[in-house]
Amino acid sequence: MNLNKVLKGLLVAVPVLTLAACSSNNETDAGDANANANQPVVADQGLSDAEQLRQQLEALRQQNTIYFDFDKSDIRSEFASVLDAHAAFLRARTTISVTIEGHTDARGTPEYNIALGERRGQSVQKYLENLGVAAGQMSVVSYGEEKPVDAGNTEEAFAKNRRAVLVY
Amino acid sequence: MNFRWITKSVIAAAALIASCAQASLEIIITEGVDSARPVAIVPFAFVGATKPNQDISQIVSADLMRSGKFNPINAMRMPQQPQNSSQFNASVWDRTGVEAVVMGTIKEVGMDRYTVSYELVDVVKAKGGVGQPMMNAAGRIVGGTNHILHASEITITGKQFRQYAHRMSDVIYEKLTGERGAFSTKIAYVLVRDRQEYRYQLVVADYDGENEQVLLRAKEPLMSPSWSPDGTKLAYVTFERKQSQIYIQDVYTARRSILTSFKGINGSPVWSPDGRKMAMTLSKDGNSEIYVMDIATKALTKVAAHRAIDVEPTWAPDGKSILFSSERGGRPQLYSVELASNQVTRVTFEGEMNLAGKYTPNGQAIVMVNRTNGQYNIARMDRTTKFMQVLTRTYLDESPSIAPNGSMIIYSTLHGSNTQVLALVSMDGRFKARLPATNGRVKSPAWSPFL
Repeated sequence: MNLNKVLKGLLVAVPVLTLAACSSNNETDAGDANANANQPVVADQGLSDAEQLRQQLEALRQQNTIYFDFDKSDIRSEFASVLDAHAAFLRARTTISVTIEGHTDARGTPEYNIALGERRGQSVQKYLENLGVAAGQMSVVSYGEEKPVDAGNTEEAFAKNRRAVLVY
Repeated sequence: MNFRWITKSVIAAAALIASCAQASLEIIITEGVDSARPVAIVPFAFVGATKPNQDISQIVSADLMRSGKFNPINAMRMPQQPQNSSQFNASVWDRTGVEAVVMGTIKEVGMDRYTVSYELVDVVKAKGGVGQPMMNAAGRIVGGTNHILHASEITITGKQFRQYAHRMSDVIYEKLTGERGAFSTKIAYVLVRDRQEYRYQLVVADYDGENEQVLLRAKEPLMSPSWSPDGTKLAYVTFERKQSQIYIQDVYTARRSILTSFKGINGSPVWSPDGRKMAMTLSKDGNSEIYVMDIATKALTKVAAHRAIDVEPTWAPDGKSILFSSERGGRPQLYSVELASNQVTRVTFEGEMNLAGKYTPNGQAIVMVNRTNGQYNIARMDRTTKFMQVLTRTYLDESPSIAPNGSMIIYSTLHGSNTQVLALVSMDGRFKARLPATNGRVKSPAWSPFL
């Protein structure tokens, strides 16, 4: 039982670290990120499951948003690694469920944007399903244009608002 | 202990009064006064000791101005200020270009009891002509009373002044245009105050923004308020359970009940003209589709389904078909489904997209959000000629709702850098006004039926 948990933790640790490497890619070069990647695996073995889960969730929450083109709901290739990490976590932690929130920018009507936001949430759901995540672990809620992260009406603000967020 | 309780309740009461007294919306007319018909609302004479703080003639004047059809002249420009038609001198009004004059008196007749009498006089008829009353040499009217279009007297309390003034405006408007006035109506809207814990509020106010009443405060978004045809209830969408749900709430008792809570979208509820059914958008089968629910039995019928997005149902005035937005042709356009046959017909073809269709009350036109060259504006399409006219030039227009007399459209738009405000445009596009909130963003307006 305990061993099983540790094994699971190990299985999960790898993809999460890949995610950590991804996030550091922006600031540091790939070599550095890989060097860092080796250390926590050892450290993780000493952690309780609860602590591991906490750390994993914290890492996933750092990269829980993917962005969409105007009026589109298909996943851009640049977000594949983010979604891979979430899929690996959810495959390993089958008792954990995630809510995928779909959002849009302010253009179009609020009611149409609810449908568009749901489309975005659903394409994330489908993507994760294709990576082996059980459908029962995921739910989609669309907020349309109701919850902008940036209330401005510039192209930059619109781009920030066209998003899906994975919420644990 | 007791003292603390008293202090607490005093503070609570103060907060309540403050939230009642503040009028969030003001009306700024931006276009269309010049082409309006000049009329005169003479300041009413007051006989008594304690003058009520509501000014009837001012309220009527503001109503008529906001209708877009009338331009009440300033009291300074009035050649005389008659209190009744026997004091009215047609010859001095002739030169002002004013076509109708409203005059009246308020008499204090008891403790908070006032008798309000008024008359509406047609200046052209008063000038005389065949079969018309005649003016004598002094300009006084002798003979007929054809020129008095309306005369009325009522005894009310000071509190009723505002409501009665709107009723007066309804009568005056109807006498002068032949169309029923919509000044005694209300609007429902969603107020968003980003810095508050309960940042979303569902508000009902008089059509002019007065008498605001908060029906619901929520931490999560509120959407799509829709009036029952009898004007007593609102259906709307909440996210308080972290998913969309449709609720029905009584406007007067504030009591509410849940109507739908399906998996996925529970959106855009709209009452049928007979009040028995609710059209809505649901995605319980995985894709947003149009349904009709019998409110009493909760029996559900799917009326339009396609793998593309179908949203925003609205009833035809006869209740026999439903207009909705669909992406089945590529971009969103308006389609109509006949409920008896489930036959779907495309309704709009002009513009990059058309959304949020609404029938005018007489069914002759459809008002919608039209996108042309990337601009989202309110447009009106005549159903017979298919002629489409873009009515607004504001930015990111959405959620059009039509006054029950079909004279005016209220909608939500972006003004300034990022403030969502309500705006008005007359059905012919000539009159335009903005209703900024003193605090917060305002959206999803819904004009009540006649009350």
